[in-house]
Amino acid sequence: MADQPFIARGFHSRRAAAPPGRLPPGQYETRDFPVLSAGPTPRTPLESWDFTIRGADGGQSSVRWSWDELQALPRETPTVDIHCVTKWSKFDTRWEGVSVDTLLDAALTAGVADGAFVLAFCDGGYTTNLPRADVTGGKAWVAFGYDGAPLAPEHGGPARLLVPHLYFWKSAKWVRGLQLLPSDEPGFWEQLGYHDRGDPWREQRYQGDP
Amino acid sequence: MSEAVVERVAAATPGPPRLEWQVATVVSVQQETPRARTLVLDVPQWPGHRAGQHVDVRLVAEDGYQAQRSYSIASAPAERTVALTVERLDDGEVSPYLCGVLQPADGVEVRGPIGGYFVWEVAQGGPLLLVAGGSGIVPLMAMLRHHARADVSARAAVPVRLLYSARTLDDVIYRAELEKLADPPQVEVVLTLTRDAPPAWSGYRRRVDRAMLEAVSWPSSAAPHVYVCGPTSLVESVATLLVDLGHEASRVRTERFGPTA
Amino acid sequence: MQTEELRLDGNAAGGVLRQVFAEDVTAALATCAGCGTSGLVGSLLEYGHGMGIVLRCPKCDSAVLRIARARGRLHVDLSGVRLLTIPERVSLA
Ligand SMILES: Cc1cc2nc3c(=O)[nH]c(=O)nc-3n(C[C@H](O)[C@H](O)[C@H](O)COP(=O)(O)OP(=O)(O)OC[C@H]3O[C@@H](n4cnc5c(N)ncnc54)[C@H](O)[C@@H]3O)c2cc1C
Repeated sequence: MADQPFIARGFHSRRAAAPPGRLPPGQYETRDFPVLSAGPTPRTPLESWDFTIRGADGGQSSVRWSWDELQALPRETPTVDIHCVTKWSKFDTRWEGVSVDTLLDAALTAGVADGAFVLAFCDGGYTTNLPRADVTGGKAWVAFGYDGAPLAPEHGGPARLLVPHLYFWKSAKWVRGLQLLPSDEPGFWEQLGYHDRGDPWREQRYQGDP
Repeated sequence: MSEAVVERVAAATPGPPRLEWQVATVVSVQQETPRARTLVLDVPQWPGHRAGQHVDVRLVAEDGYQAQRSYSIASAPAERTVALTVERLDDGEVSPYLCGVLQPADGVEVRGPIGGYFVWEVAQGGPLLLVAGGSGIVPLMAMLRHHARADVSARAAVPVRLLYSARTLDDVIYRAELEKLADPPQVEVVLTLTRDAPPAWSGYRRRVDRAMLEAVSWPSSAAPHVYVCGPTSLVESVATLLVDLGHEASRVRTERFGPTA
Repeated sequence: MQTEELRLDGNAAGGVLRQVFAEDVTAALATCAGCGTSGLVGSLLEYGHGMGIVLRCPKCDSAVLRIARARGRLHVDLSGVRLLTIPERVSLA
């Protein structure tokens, strides 16, 4: 907007001093875990929950895992910093989940059609798009544990995507699968002007940011 | 009425064509309860408001950091200044600033008045049932003040009941004014205290529940206009109970304040 | 903190809606493209935070209106609203 904001006397942002090099530009550290949500919390019973990878052939090829099947896959416990586009960052968050590599490898082995992009889809209708290269190579997980406990529903439980090197809206809550795509298709926030990749170190907040 | 006339009347409606941020000046502050304070603002281009409307408040720090929140207007439409009453949430970002740092003669950015949904005018008639939780009393107070200023016959035609849930008696905002309104009884005021009540307290001392609403509200056959305001959890439970009691959902208007408890 | 505790009424979005529309639309009637239910914009459910706001149908939870501010632009998605019926601002005076 063109208007000049008026500086509120004595109002300060809550920016805590953080170790140099750890905060991406424009971010501040928070110790809380804010709840940001674009809708009500879905409550899918684990018996009917599944995770699906759909191929870039319009989903004709696909593989799916039930909750128990997902739990039986090898687990990892990444400790990572997370960065929300609304400017908070939280350090050393501890997660438990299955690497997206594990899931994608299994899908491709099973003959699922590969694509250069993925669209994560979720209970409640949320979606977010990512380059395939950003969810492979040990950079992304389907997480179901946080801080030693099952992931709470308000933080995306039973399972959310975890892609900590990108802004946190890419780490889709209540995730139910990945759609492989031959070309990029904007997700829920990306349709409204948010960046297709969302690298916090390059401040890729909005479409058009370099 | 011809189209041309409608156009002329519409064009003559006061108020800026767009809603702009303006710097209001704090005229005075008044502590209402240990945790709530009223800010009286002089807003340079104030087009007037309707009872129940709110303003958006924007705070910008020197480094460009911004926070924005909504606050209901407590003052009656007839008043020239705009009163907001803010309850301090200790871990909150904006309310401690408005309740503590901001002083008379300071400027604060606001835009408003906002909202055409949670509004009530004497002309709409009654009966009028108001249900408040905590700071949710604020927009309802604007309705009560508007009602109190109406002429005697208009006022008599609109019986009003207020059910107000607060933690303790000390947390009851506008207590003296509510006591005055309730005596003589133009308005029936029913308090319920959820945390702590004085030894001699004879009123309710629990959260608003179905039995309380049944006792305080008019039957659905009386078709009261209902306004419910406060923390989201309270608003949702009260609105659901009222609909269960037979009140038409479209007559139960809500203003959720978020997680303010 | 459940996400339901953070939601507001569509009425709370009146400020940004007034930036988008020439009239106050909180008292306008919106028909949800998802389920066909009509209700006042002010009675939709608002889920908002720093990224933008989503006004959802209280009946079916579909996103009726979505607004985000990005780089000095407001992005407004109206695909979830089939019809918007806006009362004209006619003064009683
Ligand atoms: C239309 C409208 C009118 C209102 N009118 C009034 C009024 O008249 N008076 C009044 O006092 N208030 C009013 N409110 C509430 C007001 O807008 C603020 O929400 C309130 O003052 C708290 O703001 P804050 O910045 O102090 O707290 P915040 O910093 O917003 O925090 C509020 C509380 O919620 C928790 N919280 C907030 N966001 C999150 C999150 N993302 N994740 C986890 N926890 C979270 C915080 O920990 C804290 O306990 C109104 C709200 C609306 C929508």
